[in-house]
Amino acid sequence: MNETRKIAVTVNGTRYEETVPVRVTLADFIRHQLGLTGTHLGCEHGVCGACTILFDGRSARSCLMLAVQADGHDILTVEGIAPNADTLHPLQEAFRDNHGLQCGFCTPGILTTLIEFLRDNPDPTEQEVRIGISGNLCRCTGYQNIVIAALDAAKRLRSEDGRRKTDDR
Amino acid sequence: MKPPPFSYHDPRTVADVVDLLGRLENAKLLAGGQSLMPMLNMRYVLPDHIVDLNRVEGLSYIKAPDGVLEVGAMTRQRDLEFSEIVGVRCPIMHEAIREVGHRQTRNRGTLGGSLCHLDPSAELVTLAAALDAKVTVASKKGTRSIDFAAFPVAYMTPALELDELLTAATFPCWPAGHGYAFVEFARRHGDFAIVSTAVLIEEDKSGKVTRASVTLGGMGPAPVRASEVERALIGEVIEEKRLRDICEVLRKLEAIEDIHAPASYRQQLATVLPRRALLKAHERIAGGARP
Ligand code: FES
Ligand code: FES
Repeated sequence: MNETRKIAVTVNGTRYEETVPVRVTLADFIRHQLGLTGTHLGCEHGVCGACTILFDGRSARSCLMLAVQADGHDILTVEGIAPNADTLHPLQEAFRDNHGLQCGFCTPGILTTLIEFLRDNPDPTEQEVRIGISGNLCRCTGYQNIVIAALDAAKRLRSEDGRRKTDDR
Repeated sequence: MKPPPFSYHDPRTVADVVDLLGRLENAKLLAGGQSLMPMLNMRYVLPDHIVDLNRVEGLSYIKAPDGVLEVGAMTRQRDLEFSEIVGVRCPIMHEAIREVGHRQTRNRGTLGGSLCHLDPSAELVTLAAALDAKVTVASKKGTRSIDFAAFPVAYMTPALELDELLTAATFPCWPAGHGYAFVEFARRHGDFAIVSTAVLIEEDKSGKVTRASVTLGGMGPAPVRASEVERALIGEVIEEKRLRDICEVLRKLEAIEDIHAPASYRQQLATVLPRRALLKAHERIAGGARP
């Protein structure tokens, strides 16, 4: 029994029409069928957060959804965060500059989570950042530099509007 | 591919859902998926049919008709967390929901899913018991209402027939100016609690307790109402030393034993957490609007 369905889904601004087995998870669909392997799978049962994507703008664990459920919806993965191939998003810059990653396995899930978090809370306290990423496991950094990077990113994003006006890069 | 093979159904109306439930064998309802999906990925469950509720109309809402808060089964936990009505009418729910999983799981997880999964230490389950909630269930035969006290029939088993769907839960609201607190102990933020407690109290002008609800989660297969403590509190002025004496009886509650904690540890928490919660609830009344 391998029932399939046709789905239409927008990922990082690109519309895909695909046929998927109904039992395939959204994470496997994104990685294997769309080839977007930036979304990582650590545990495949909802514990580690490495597979976090934004589903209609809200963070969600893609290992805990079925690909069929994405029909008609909008998804953002880590590949869609940067404005273009040459420029990093301020959040990514902050992670690079503050050594917010080591092996990088957890990073896609942390970045997508923080995109939503900083949108909801542009001026968070350290404690709020720690709670915000509490659903993401990192085995390398000890979280300290991730928290520093997130706070730095918040600052960069807050001043982004002003900077855009003066420095048109 | 992790999940086992199944047929997938995505009905749009409650009538279609109960129709499917009435005729499909070995079907599982998929709500927010934060418990069922891991169980599928690990193949703990092998359903022949998955009935996805995510496209069913009319199951996601928060209403507050007189005296109660009514929440549709597919309302996401995150919507409860940020709902103004919930904050005003049922502030303890805001406090409890912040302990439910993480941002990403609350974005998907639903009220109905949590109540039907019925994990003994799930915060919303403890809360439903504390507030004397009622759940509404629908089947082809019509709808019926079940007192939450009678909803858990065994470990992780709700009083639902195979052809029934939980459509909403109704939480009676406490009057403005009541005291409340949700306190739990977990090893890590976002984990299921080892023991949790939900308390609500009302006090008269002199500070004496006139009404109390004290519930413990995580002790056994279903939440426990500490009725002995509730009775003992009436007429008392909340004060730490007196609470120690009153809460000591909770050490005699039966408790489960698992890899997280032995029964004696849970019994110790059962005496400590309600005391802390009652003090917090009392401080809230003192700090806020005493009626
Ligand atoms: S892979 Fe999805 S939470 Fe770990
Ligand atoms: S950087 Fe290695 S897991 Fe986070």
